[in-house]
Amino acid sequence: MAVQESAKPQTAGQPMIELRNVNKWYGDFHVLKDINIGVRKGERVVVCGPSGSGKSTMIRCINRLEEHQKGQIFVDGIELTGDVKHVEAIRREVGMVFQQFNLFPHLTVLQNLTLAPIWVRKMPKKDAEELAMQLLARVKIPEQANKYPGQLSGGQQQRVAIARSLCMKPEVMLFDEPTSALDPEMIKEVLDVMVGLAQEGMTMICVTHEMGFARTVADSMIFMDQGQVVEVAPPKEFFANPKSERTKLFLSQILSH
Amino acid sequence: MTDITHDTTDLIEPRRGIVEKGWEWARANLFNSIFNSILTLLITGFIVWLAVPLFNWAVLDATYSAPNDAACKARGGACWAFIADWYKFLLFGRFPEVSRWRPALVILIFVAMMLLSSQARLKGKHLLTMWAGGVVISVALMFGGFLGMPYVETELWNGVPLNLLLTVGGCGLAFPVAIFAALGRRSRMPAIRWLSIAYIELIRGVPLITVLFMATVMVPLFLPTGMTIAKLWRAEVAFTLFFGAYLAEAIRGGLQVIPRGQYEAADALGLGYWRKTWLVILPQALSISIPSLVNTSISAFKDTVLITVVGIFDVLGDVNNAMNAPEWRSAYWEGYSFVALLFFAVCFYMSRYSQRLERSLSRARPGRR
Repeated sequence: MAVQESAKPQTAGQPMIELRNVNKWYGDFHVLKDINIGVRKGERVVVCGPSGSGKSTMIRCINRLEEHQKGQIFVDGIELTGDVKHVEAIRREVGMVFQQFNLFPHLTVLQNLTLAPIWVRKMPKKDAEELAMQLLARVKIPEQANKYPGQLSGGQQQRVAIARSLCMKPEVMLFDEPTSALDPEMIKEVLDVMVGLAQEGMTMICVTHEMGFARTVADSMIFMDQGQVVEVAPPKEFFANPKSERTKLFLSQILSH
Repeated sequence: MTDITHDTTDLIEPRRGIVEKGWEWARANLFNSIFNSILTLLITGFIVWLAVPLFNWAVLDATYSAPNDAACKARGGACWAFIADWYKFLLFGRFPEVSRWRPALVILIFVAMMLLSSQARLKGKHLLTMWAGGVVISVALMFGGFLGMPYVETELWNGVPLNLLLTVGGCGLAFPVAIFAALGRRSRMPAIRWLSIAYIELIRGVPLITVLFMATVMVPLFLPTGMTIAKLWRAEVAFTLFFGAYLAEAIRGGLQVIPRGQYEAADALGLGYWRKTWLVILPQALSISIPSLVNTSISAFKDTVLITVVGIFDVLGDVNNAMNAPEWRSAYWEGYSFVALLFFAVCFYMSRYSQRLERSLSRARPGRR
């Protein structure tokens, strides 16, 4: 696509994702206040914070499921504006996994995976199915390919959702609380897949409260509260001696049980 | 048809008399308390009180062949002789007698298509092709003018084929209109949204008769001189617009219950508006709206009798005309029973069909929200 080529003068040091002074309001409510974040290619970032801190809103702005009102967002060198072409170009490069999985219930698992490659990437059906089966094997459920999402457990559905995003061969993966809607015994199977992805060098931004996952995988931790980025630090430093009082309080609450 | 809910116990248990089993069932279901016993007796009494005279009228005292209604009057029962004498006119109206096999064939085609539609083996795509093809062939048969069949103008298309063609043709054409109106009503673009709302609410706000009169009486006033469109086609446009508004609301009902996550997931995959709508949203919305779509189609079929008011004679119009014959002046009970049975058969079939469709859809997708 022309947009991608002209708007993508990528240099080595340029961040994959960059938010500059991003602000967002819901009516009078100021959800995001001057957010500045840069994520390099291959970097894994974990975003945490109390509920209502704006962390989900922030990552939803990155593929424009939410619109920001002030500031700039760049993904792979393309600026997110109202321009539909830019938005679609960015959405092709950015995969997203939702808390509620959001699989398409009227399609089989295989059809869920091949839908976007066939219709957006114009991949031949046979190639798309081959790719889909590879990815289903990677998330360890190739035997479920012909079932409908409603027949799978939550953990299986979330793994299908991850595979569905990977089918588009994204540059970046966004995870919006991927394990929050899961029963405890299913959380591990999803986290294992995510750890595997991280080890392969995928650029990832995860909103999650799974601090064990954050410790093993994250290159950097972002703590948000009341619409602001309060602290950014490598996980060792972040957990060992958080600088801000709010971070300390949050960590004491989340790690105490 | 096989009954899937039949009791398997009679395969295992030794055979007992049907009377014995029937009595056991009745005791468990009809006479299990004093109140229920009284209720059972009362209802049975009511049914007998209603059914016996009806049976006498319709069967025992009925006259099956007679020269006129006076001959029937003597016996006091139904005068089926009227139907026997006039059934060709009731079914096909003023369609030229030598060519009446053509509308008869059209009726057969529709019955065959209805029966084929309930075959589970046929998929949606094939069904659509079949119905579209069936309607085209039927219209061609009605027109004639080829293969040695004399041409018949639309003024003479009467009776049952008209009801069938108006319903299927009207709903078929209305369906795409309805999809766009339903999507338009939810559009973010104000012009499209307001246009859709205006269309739907305007049409829903007026009676069908008004729309029919507008199309048949007022439209010619706006046409350039010398240009005419057959009254039947004008009426068909009216039906299409009318059914379209109601189908649009049925589809909108389905669209409203699709969770926001479905839109977001499709967006996040970069599908874009049209692919998102056609591949993700509409398939789910339409299958949810099946009951109300069928409901609308059933009313549509019944509404087609209103076409009589603009001087086009469907089956009800034919019945009214037949009763103008001096020898059958008092046969309206029989004439209207005939029409009622015909409509009941088709509507009942449609409603059963929609139930089966819903069941097979929910079987194909267990755990569907």
